[in-house]
This record gives sequence, C-alpha cells and structure tokens, in this order.
Amino acid sequence: MKCDKCGKPATVYLTEIVDGQKTQKHLCEDCAASEGITVKANVPISQLLEEFILQTAGGQQLSEMRCDVCGITFKEFRQHGLLGCPNDYEVFSKPLDSLLQRAHDGATQHIGKVPAYADGEQTRQASILRLRAELRLAIAAEDYERAASLRDQIKEMEAQ
Amino acid sequence: MRLADLTQHAGEWLRGGGPMHDVVISTRIRLARNLAGMPFLSRCSDEQKRDLEGRLRGQLLDADLAPEVFYVDVAAAGDLDRQLLVERQLISRQHSEADHPRGVAITGSETLSIMVSEEDHLRIQVLRSGFQLSEAAEEVRRIDDQLEQKISFAFHPQYGYLTACPTNVGTGMRVSVMLHLPALKMTGEIEKVFRAARDMRLAIRGLYGEGTEATGDFFQVSNQTTLGKTEEQIVAELCDQCVPNFVNYERRARESLCARRSAGINDKVLRADALLHSARMISSEETMYLLSLVRLGAHVGRLGDVDLKLINELFLLTQPAHLQKIHNRQMDAQERAEARAAYIRRRLGAA
Repeated sequence: MKCDKCGKPATVYLTEIVDGQKTQKHLCEDCAASEGITVKANVPISQLLEEFILQTAGGQQLSEMRCDVCGITFKEFRQHGLLGCPNDYEVFSKPLDSLLQRAHDGATQHIGKVPAYADGEQTRQASILRLRAELRLAIAAEDYERAASLRDQIKEMEAQ
Repeated sequence: MRLADLTQHAGEWLRGGGPMHDVVISTRIRLARNLAGMPFLSRCSDEQKRDLEGRLRGQLLDADLAPEVFYVDVAAAGDLDRQLLVERQLISRQHSEADHPRGVAITGSETLSIMVSEEDHLRIQVLRSGFQLSEAAEEVRRIDDQLEQKISFAFHPQYGYLTACPTNVGTGMRVSVMLHLPALKMTGEIEKVFRAARDMRLAIRGLYGEGTEATGDFFQVSNQTTLGKTEEQIVAELCDQCVPNFVNYERRARESLCARRSAGINDKVLRADALLHSARMISSEETMYLLSLVRLGAHVGRLGDVDLKLINELFLLTQPAHLQKIHNRQMDAQERAEARAAYIRRRLGAA
C-alpha cells in the first residue's frame, strides 16, 4: 500500500466517518505526522533552526553574527544547537525570539521562578506576569481567597 | 555509600509504590542551571572545565542538601560503573559518554541526583515512585532555593534561567512521568494517547529517554515547553489533565481486555511467567517484554500472589551493567543471557 499523498510506503491506515460519510486514507509516517494523525518524537532543535534560517531573509549576515564574549557565531550555534554563553541571549536576541516562539508555543517571556538576587524593572514585570498566571490557576481551581490576595499583590506591584 | 552497594536493590523510585502505581512507574523533575558569568560548557576551556567541576563538587557536598549525599567522579569511573549509573537513571547517556571533568552527586535513597557538567553546568533531578508530581516539584524547588543561597545562576529577566540549549530556557524545568501502558499497546489504542499528548504539546518517549525507540510497553510523557509558563503551570498541566486521563485509558483498556479476551490474556501472562521461571538464556529485550506481561497480569489479578516490588526491581537488575556488577566480572552478550536467566530464576524462587 502506498501513501495517498506522496507515494512512499504507507504505514498508517485511517478510517474516518464524518457526517455518516466513510473515508479511508493510507499515509506514510511523515504525511501522517504532518496531518497531525500521529506524532513523531520531539522535533530536534537542528530542524527548528534549519526551518528558521530558510525562512529568514539575510541568512548569510545572520550566520556571521558573533558574540564578543565567547566568540561563537550564529552559524556555529546553528550547527550544534548549543549556545556558548549567557551573553548569546543578548547578542542573538532577535533571531532567538522567533526560534523561542516556535520551540515554546509562542512564548518569549519567562514568568516562572525568579532568583532572590535578581532585581530591577524587568524582574518586576516578570513577577507581575507570574502573579497573573497564578491568578488564572487560582480562579480555575475556584480558590477565591487566594485569587483575591493575588489581585492585591498585582495591584501593589503595578503601583511600584 | 559506595557504587557497588547500589547493585543489590533498586532505587527508592522503582519500589513500585506511590499513587496510581498500577500504571505510573515513576515521576521525575529536572532543572537545568548554569553559573552566572561563566561560558556554557561547550565554550569552556579545559582549565575552566576542571575549575567548574571542582568548585561545584565542593559546593554540592557542603550544601547539606539531604542526608547521605555522595559524589561520583564520572570522568574517573570505569565503563561498567558509568553504565550502571545510566541504567539507574542517575546520569544521562550523554553524561556517561562525555570526555571532560564531570560528576554526579547522589543521595543514598537515589531520589535526588545532581549532574555536574552535563549539557548545562548543573542538572538537578528528583525522582519519585508512582505519581508524585507535587511532592517532586516541592523537593526540587527546595534544593534549587538552597543552592541559590550559595551559587548565582545565569538568569535573564526576559528569558529566565539561561541554558545552553534554547529549548530548555525559562524555567529550565522538564517534568517526566513514566507510564506502563501494555493494554493500550495491545489494543492499538496507544495511538490515541500519542495524539492526545501532541494536542497538549507534550512529548512521549521510550523508557530510557531521548532518542531511543520506546522499549516495550513503557512510555515517558514530558512537557516540551519550558518558557512562558510558571513551574506550577507546567506541573498542573501534567497533574490535572494528562496523566490521570492516560491512567484511566489504560485501566479501561485492561478491563476491556480481561472481559473480551480473558483466555488470551491468561495465556499470554501465564506463558510469560512460565518462561521467566524456566528460561536458560534470555536477552534483556525479551526480559522486558515478559516482565511487562507479568506486571500486567499481577495488576489485573491473573497471576495470584506476585511480589510486585521484585518484578519492578528485576526490570533494573537484569540490565547489562547490573548483571555484571552483581557477578563482579565482565561478560559478553551470551554469558549475560545465561546469567540473566539464572538470576531471574533464583529471584523468582524457581528451580
């Protein structure tokens, strides 16, 4: 049996009944995954990067961007999937943001735990985001007492 | 505490207890952390790598994180010892195979392990038996808080905890739950679980994690995204929806199998049990397959009196490095097959 879409050997047989209409599909692993019928294991970072680079204009210029702290270029990062030092997140922040969005379901802002030694305005904003997320959870859990106290904390932080 | 002491039994997390233990084998949470003001590992000079390992080793041993913490210098450990740590999930395969100074701090109960110089400077891992996500989350947070009093981790107000690979950035937190889903696999409904997991943006992998095919009937579910959610949200997603649902699917599949294919299930389970009692040579794959059936049989009441703790332990103690440590010598695959069969017979009290 061959795949209906690309002709490769089909490994997934799907029978769907929609409004009483029965349809049968034969798909290979790749097409089944792209139709969202089966899941492949985690998309490797190298693939995310490759897709990203292909879609970015000025890929060449981007490849040659270099961190002056650890010396890594964006191209080297692309090849190995690992950054060289914390400063890379600043240097490559622009291309990284799109990459992070793809890897993290659209998110580019941390709202989780903040270490005690971190301070400043951005941290305050992150804390507010975190409190908001907790507020959502509290409301979902119908814990209105906690929700009220979280609302107060948010108000207080926003006034700072 | 020495490494050799570990081979006689399984870690606390594989004892087979804990909530929903008929389906959930274990719960694991790991945090990725890097020191502020240091390059990530791939960009450290040899000297920096030596310094880093020495410094973190000292800090971990001084931190008083838990009773009975011991440290294994992984770079100095022999092949078998490193493999043993991998089989026990105390270090990753990648950590075992690297070639720079590195180590792991472990508690006596093996519910906590902290890898030094893996992909990130620190990988803090908490393991629990059964479904104990909240407990594991609380514990890993306590360890992290305690370490943060002494160590400044690389942190960015926008990106959170900075990690070598951007897929771990933010919370740096990966929550994994190991599930035993033999009935769903038999009925073919396992595909539904894969689809549900995909819809919830969760990853599903085989028993020993990253890059391996699922070994038999064991599946590990974990969060894919680490940024843009709080630690509590990540835990809640697995806790409130995903895992209890998967557990219920599996339980229902087991009930329906027993109702519809009663003789077939009895046959499979009893044959598996008989093989384990009488085989003279057995591979680790076959062992896994048969133990999985016996575990299923025990939980659906088809095998009478079974020591579940022993069955769970056998999954671990019959693996290559463990067998060789138990026998205290190197063995090739054929010798292992014989030794494995003999060991299983002895533990099951067979002739």
